[in-house]
Amino acid sequence: MGFKTLIKNKFLTALFSMLMLSGTELVMAQDANSTNTATGDQSAQQAGMWTSVSYYVLLFVVVCFAVAVVGKILRVYDLTLQMQRKKGINWNNAMAVAFLLFLILGLAGVYYSFSVQGSMILPEAASQHGKTMDTMFWTTFGITVVVFIATQILLFGFVFYYRNSDKRKGYYLPHNNTIEKAWTIAPAIVLTVLVVFGFFSWRKITNTVDAKGETASINIDVTGHQFAWEIRYPGRDGKLGAKNYKLISGTNVLGLDFKDRNGLDDLHADTLVLPVNKSVRLNILAQDVIHSVYMPNFRVQMNAVPGLPTFFKFTPTITTAEMRSRLDQPDFEYHLYCNKICGGSHYNMQKIVKVVTQAEYYDWLAHQKPYLNDQLKKELKMADATEQKGGENKRLALNN
Amino acid sequence: MSTLAVHDHHGVEHHDHDHEHHHNETFISKYIFSMDHKMIAKQFLITGITMAVIAMILSILFRIQLAYPDKSFPFLETLLGKNFAPGGRLDSNFYLSLVTIHGTIMVFFVLTAGLSGTFSNLLIPFQVGARDMASPFMNMLSYWLFFTASVIMLSSFLLQTQPAGPGWTIYPPLSALPKAMPGSGMGMTLWLISMVLFVASSLMGGINYVSTVLNMRTKGMDLWKMPLTIWAFFLTAILGILAFPVLVAGVVLLIFDRSFGTSFYLSDIVVQGQVMNFEGGSPILFQHLFWFLGHPEVYIVIMPAMGLVSEVMAVNSRKPIFGYHAMVYSLIGITVLSFIVWGHHMFVTGMNPFLGGVFMITTLIIAVPSAVKTFNWLATLWRGNIRFTPAMLFSIGFVSFFISGGITGIFLGNATLDINLHDTYFVVAHFHLVMGSAAIFGMLAGVYHWFPKMYGRLMDEKLGYLHFWLTFIGAYLVFFPMHFMGLDGVPRRYYSFTEIESLKQWVSVNTFITWAAIMAALAQVAFLFNFFYSIFKGKHATQNPWGSNTLEWTTPVERIHGNWPGEIPTVYRWPYDYSKPGHDEDFIPQTVPFSQTMSSNLPHDFEDSPVGDQEWVNTSKSNEHVK
Repeated sequence: MGFKTLIKNKFLTALFSMLMLSGTELVMAQDANSTNTATGDQSAQQAGMWTSVSYYVLLFVVVCFAVAVVGKILRVYDLTLQMQRKKGINWNNAMAVAFLLFLILGLAGVYYSFSVQGSMILPEAASQHGKTMDTMFWTTFGITVVVFIATQILLFGFVFYYRNSDKRKGYYLPHNNTIEKAWTIAPAIVLTVLVVFGFFSWRKITNTVDAKGETASINIDVTGHQFAWEIRYPGRDGKLGAKNYKLISGTNVLGLDFKDRNGLDDLHADTLVLPVNKSVRLNILAQDVIHSVYMPNFRVQMNAVPGLPTFFKFTPTITTAEMRSRLDQPDFEYHLYCNKICGGSHYNMQKIVKVVTQAEYYDWLAHQKPYLNDQLKKELKMADATEQKGGENKRLALNN
Repeated sequence: MSTLAVHDHHGVEHHDHDHEHHHNETFISKYIFSMDHKMIAKQFLITGITMAVIAMILSILFRIQLAYPDKSFPFLETLLGKNFAPGGRLDSNFYLSLVTIHGTIMVFFVLTAGLSGTFSNLLIPFQVGARDMASPFMNMLSYWLFFTASVIMLSSFLLQTQPAGPGWTIYPPLSALPKAMPGSGMGMTLWLISMVLFVASSLMGGINYVSTVLNMRTKGMDLWKMPLTIWAFFLTAILGILAFPVLVAGVVLLIFDRSFGTSFYLSDIVVQGQVMNFEGGSPILFQHLFWFLGHPEVYIVIMPAMGLVSEVMAVNSRKPIFGYHAMVYSLIGITVLSFIVWGHHMFVTGMNPFLGGVFMITTLIIAVPSAVKTFNWLATLWRGNIRFTPAMLFSIGFVSFFISGGITGIFLGNATLDINLHDTYFVVAHFHLVMGSAAIFGMLAGVYHWFPKMYGRLMDEKLGYLHFWLTFIGAYLVFFPMHFMGLDGVPRRYYSFTEIESLKQWVSVNTFITWAAIMAALAQVAFLFNFFYSIFKGKHATQNPWGSNTLEWTTPVERIHGNWPGEIPTVYRWPYDYSKPGHDEDFIPQTVPFSQTMSSNLPHDFEDSPVGDQEWVNTSKSNEHVK
């Protein structure tokens, strides 16, 4: 029992306690040093901090003692009962009752949670596919909540009802293949229904190609970088220009390649404004790390992956103004925020989204500044000039 | 060490050899570089508990931030330094490091190594009837690699730049670009090194477990007589062996991208204004590689717990586990299916939506074996004669968590619903219940139940009760409200919820959750005290304190090297003959031959073993002959 002797060794114990003491001293000394350099206000704060820390530690120690005392009292009580030849506390029954209480209080808690916190969830779906999703959610919810409550009642019910008793033995029931088959097939059927339902809506939602005869969706570029979103609308031609990440610079933040004429009239916006009841296709891109476009109000989420353009097509159905009046919140806004860990300011990478009427949308669009601003034009001209020069040089070199 | 290799028929002589060997052991060979499976199990357990406590403290730190996003706690600055908590508020990058390391430690170091490492090592030789693991040396190596990995992982807290911070899933490019966040620098390098060592440790363990189970079972222990614990450990080990190497592949490619300029995962990147040269890689590739391990990993975490709980439940309900075969087949089903569901973590990450549809189907299929297992546990409790030992309480808690967390998986496995739920607190609630809390409860059930086999003493029951109730209630209070946050669109890994208008309503709920978490964390002091106190001062255990059938309870309380003093006992029956009608006691150990229990034998006993059947028929005949 080497370990035991090690523990019992007084010298080692003494050494250990010395170490602890000097350790505390060290910490205190550091503390003193830092307070020396700091202002008096800070040192007062530090002192206050240690008082509050020691206060909480003391509180916890007191609680521990209370628990120990209660434990001892219970034990003494138990022993006296036994000395009087009565049965001691039946902990087994106590636990069974505790489980029953847990079941009852737990169900009450679940009810409370569903009614209070449940009323805060799933803001009204403001998109076409969001409605389908919500129907599916509530169907799944209905099924699972029944299973949840039934199985928990069975679990704790059995636990309470079949608590140990000396009078009976457990029922020897090793297996029953009929029951086994039943509860394999039943969940399988329910899950099949959910899968079929889910599979077809998934295909429909992710099918981002505009169907024949359908009016083309509005293409909008949403590009994520640490820690903001850039939004680009197509100009009059309705087409977005090509991009090349190598052209990204302080002025050309999206890296537009102006060899592609489509890009010349593109617009750079600082809010995502969407016309109501019109199909929108978000082209989602990222420049540095993975981000994620998340708009819970529209039930939209898609990651923005560098090097791999993704997209999400949806149709907003409720304008911001209408939602404000419905919710009775005059300052309500839809939000787009990042939902994939992307660095220190991940939690604050947001954009306001506005859903407006068709007329308002065109009006807003007309007021947007083109992406190709004056400074960018100047830079491009200079670049063009140097490129031509370089070209001539090369030709000269070749001639030689 | 020849005695350790096979079931020998000369046990007595070898025992003498063992006995002498015992005396020559030094402190180092017995407690540090031990090759005894029991000691290695204890090493894994204590390291696992230490890591769990550390990871729990990390979680409390970030819970404080979430509850009081605008307050400063000068204590934190003293504790963590000016770099990590300037002015007593956590740095937002350090917050992400905390989340990352909490997740990594809990998933890998506690619930994989701490759980499988402890109980596979302890119980496989004990329950199949072997003197030790197939390769005790590799077993020792496995522990020391794990220990080294733990030290490296924790040492990243000593870095001035921060520990790894891109989340426990370390998706590149965030994890590949040191410029993208402080946590992607040296801390990330240490994370990767640590994980490579960890996987090596895990593989060594896994190979050992599989070979021991397949080759070193005692006489009569055919596969259908193995306890469910062994089935679970066996299948877990197979999962680990097949899945972990893929993580190493992914991690090594990431190391190449980080340090040697390759572009496996990187393409078209401009970080902080600097255009990078990476072209042609795909971040999605890493996600495929990661989740090819990552999803089996959650079953690596939960299956040993399922095994432990099945065993504890049968013993304490004094009833055979219901549907033993169904339990095994569902474990096998989970094992196989777990390899083809990984894509459900990637529905909205840019993976081809058609694949999303396929993965949705496979994912919801895997719910069937899980449901079967749950119903079987319920049926095991039905008409039992339930004793509430702390281990049993934790097993019941396990089933409750498994149900609560499992059914939310049906929402997340549905690609359509996942669009809105992906990466929200709904996911956090789901996996903390079904794999976090449930697996921890399985592990705690195991610790309380097999403590006598590890230390020859019993843990205090009353403290166990206190520990259970505070933890059980605490865990529900913490994770239940999170479902609602997720459904409202609250993203996970957010440093604070005060910046976005629609999330502000959840700050009060966060405060509540934090206090529940603090309560549950403090409750663990009851466990820690109980555990360490009982090692030295606990009540002495009897040989078979729970009236259990399995082989480990036929070994002496003293826990000798080689496990059994004489010959390894022969096994005659399955391990779940509890409360068998016609038998005077309510349990019949596996070592009792059918010829000794004539009054209670049933035709069912011989379904799996024609040999036993023959034996029974023969003895019946010879009995008749005597008459």
